[in-house]
Amino acid sequence: MKLTVNGEAKIVSADNLSAVLTELGYGDATVATAVNGSFVPAASRTETRLTEGDQLEVLAPMQGG
Amino acid sequence: MPSFYGVNVQSALMLGTAQYPSPAILAEAMRASGAGIATVSLRRESGIERAGQDFWAMIQSLGVHVLPNTAGCHTVKEAVTTAQMAREVFDTSWVKLEVIGEEDTLQPDVYGLVEAARILTEDGFQVFPYTTEDLVVAGRLLDAGCEVLMPWGAPIGSGLGLNNIYGLRAMRAHFPNTPLVVDAGLGVPSHAGAAMELGFDAVLLNTAVAKSGDPVAMAKAFALAIEAGALAFEADPMEPRDMAAPSTPVMGKAFLA
Repeated sequence: MKLTVNGEAKIVSADNLSAVLTELGYGDATVATAVNGSFVPAASRTETRLTEGDQLEVLAPMQGG
Repeated sequence: MPSFYGVNVQSALMLGTAQYPSPAILAEAMRASGAGIATVSLRRESGIERAGQDFWAMIQSLGVHVLPNTAGCHTVKEAVTTAQMAREVFDTSWVKLEVIGEEDTLQPDVYGLVEAARILTEDGFQVFPYTTEDLVVAGRLLDAGCEVLMPWGAPIGSGLGLNNIYGLRAMRAHFPNTPLVVDAGLGVPSHAGAAMELGFDAVLLNTAVAKSGDPVAMAKAFALAIEAGALAFEADPMEPRDMAAPSTPVMGKAFLA
């Protein structure tokens, strides 16, 4: 399945958000997720099914003013 | 010491974490500043590099409150979604709400700001809105549930200082019981001291420290200026006057003409 992850095309085999994050290397990282512009809480990742062409954003703490 | 949403913080300095020469200098500057609140942000994370994880561990080690921002957001939806994501990652309901309306000045879109503040407050957030000194907008933000107001001193990153002292003074007088923070545009410690002399509760800055030649020394300098300004406000400064008034007593002066 082809997704756009943080603006880049990625091919993944998993179909739920939690498994996709693991497949992409995030593991236990502290991240927040949004699918197609909507926030998906960590508690909902396993039940969140991704489909071809979905836009996934994976954000983490970063420097800010 | 200031209090925001019932939380007392140890310093009136709120310091940003961006643009430092290195993570080590950022950490040292934070410690030198004595800041009780550090602003942070969210950005895309790579599953390979995972750069945000080290940064977050370092911030946590500093023992300060974190204030996530919605920097770079230009719409209500962007800002609200970013705030939701930040609440989960940083485990705080505080959010520095920025809805940018104009690129040259990074002036807030105050219409979007009020709408986003209302949405977030109803969702349980404690909003620190980055706004202007406009009293009507400030009133709308309070109506929306904000318990803190953060007017700009000058455009973000400009270092121009307090561009509208009249407006800031009017804001302080108009909202005597609301915590007020000058956010953005400060360049040197005297700007921060001047804000505190006006009776502001705190100042928030980043670039002035991070982009100085010696961020650690500059952080300390800001801390001292803020402490001096706050003490001066409490000491009730004299009223300025247009004409000179001799400070040395005239009575008893010898007649030597």
